[in-house]
Amino acid sequence: MTVDRLLFLVFAFVTCGSAIGVVLAQSVVRMAFWLVLSLGSTAALFFLLHADFLGSAQLLIYVGGTVVVLVFGVMLTASGSLPALRASAPELALSLLVGGALLFLLGTTVLAIPWVQVTDRQAPSPVLQDAARWSELEAISVASESLGVPGAGGIERHELIEQAQQQQGRSVRPLGWALLGIRPDAELHAPANAPRAAGYLLPFEIISLHLLAVLLGAAYLARTKRPAPASQDQFPAVKSL
Amino acid sequence: MDQVELQDFLLVGAILFVCGIVCMATKRSAIGVLMGVELVLNGANVNLVAFSRYTSLGLDGQVMALFVIVLAAAEAAVALAIALNYYNNFDSVDVDRGHRLQG
Repeated sequence: MTVDRLLFLVFAFVTCGSAIGVVLAQSVVRMAFWLVLSLGSTAALFFLLHADFLGSAQLLIYVGGTVVVLVFGVMLTASGSLPALRASAPELALSLLVGGALLFLLGTTVLAIPWVQVTDRQAPSPVLQDAARWSELEAISVASESLGVPGAGGIERHELIEQAQQQQGRSVRPLGWALLGIRPDAELHAPANAPRAAGYLLPFEIISLHLLAVLLGAAYLARTKRPAPASQDQFPAVKSL
Repeated sequence: MDQVELQDFLLVGAILFVCGIVCMATKRSAIGVLMGVELVLNGANVNLVAFSRYTSLGLDGQVMALFVIVLAAAEAAVALAIALNYYNNFDSVDVDRGHRLQG
């Protein structure tokens, strides 16, 4: 039981338990709490998977943005007396049955595939690949220093340390390059006739325009439309806009 | 085994996905359905990042997961605006009372 496995078990249990808590909670506010817990421990799982920027983005955008917006929605749509919004028993039974069947299908599929054939044959993650490459370059540099030969491969030790320090934020720099359309993580050490890796400049621009459209659309859709009360109605022609 | 394997993360993703689907199917509050959608997208993200780490998918999985996060936030905002309009029209967020929206 390594620390890695222990951390994974803790965060996986919190994630799945909170997701079940979202399903079982009765009031919407409690569902929001369990959702915050689930999304937060999913961010921890992302950190365990060496996706540090993605874990931070998950915390910022999901926990700090989306759930807050959902709680605002709960606040704005709360009527006077909240009736117990519960599905009828046959609906519950049917959806639990379908959910259980889907979970069984997904679980047996995941456990039946010999993943070791896929994971062992391929190159490790870009973060690990980078770390392996820097450590092998550093080994060459140290070996050449001890022999009194200037850095083999033209790389000085201080340059290695500088580059290693720049790599502390491991996945931010490769992600930034990829969103600009350049893929140094895939193409820098690849042979010249290898197929080019995908750049993500076009999806980045599309996403930017999409966010702009969503900002305008949501602000327009959610504007206040309540009509003025009749006693104060100075402009009877202008009702709810 | 003392290492975390790929299938452990895939099982977590599957459980999140199924919880999201059951949440979408059983909740009568529109906001509850939105929370189910967030859980589904989260389960897909866990899958993407797990494949990015353990197979040759590499950085592509993380970029896709980033786009999924951005799109989920955008969709939550628009869906909430729709839920507010629904509340203004029907005076509750009960999705079962929206049968006049059909056709």
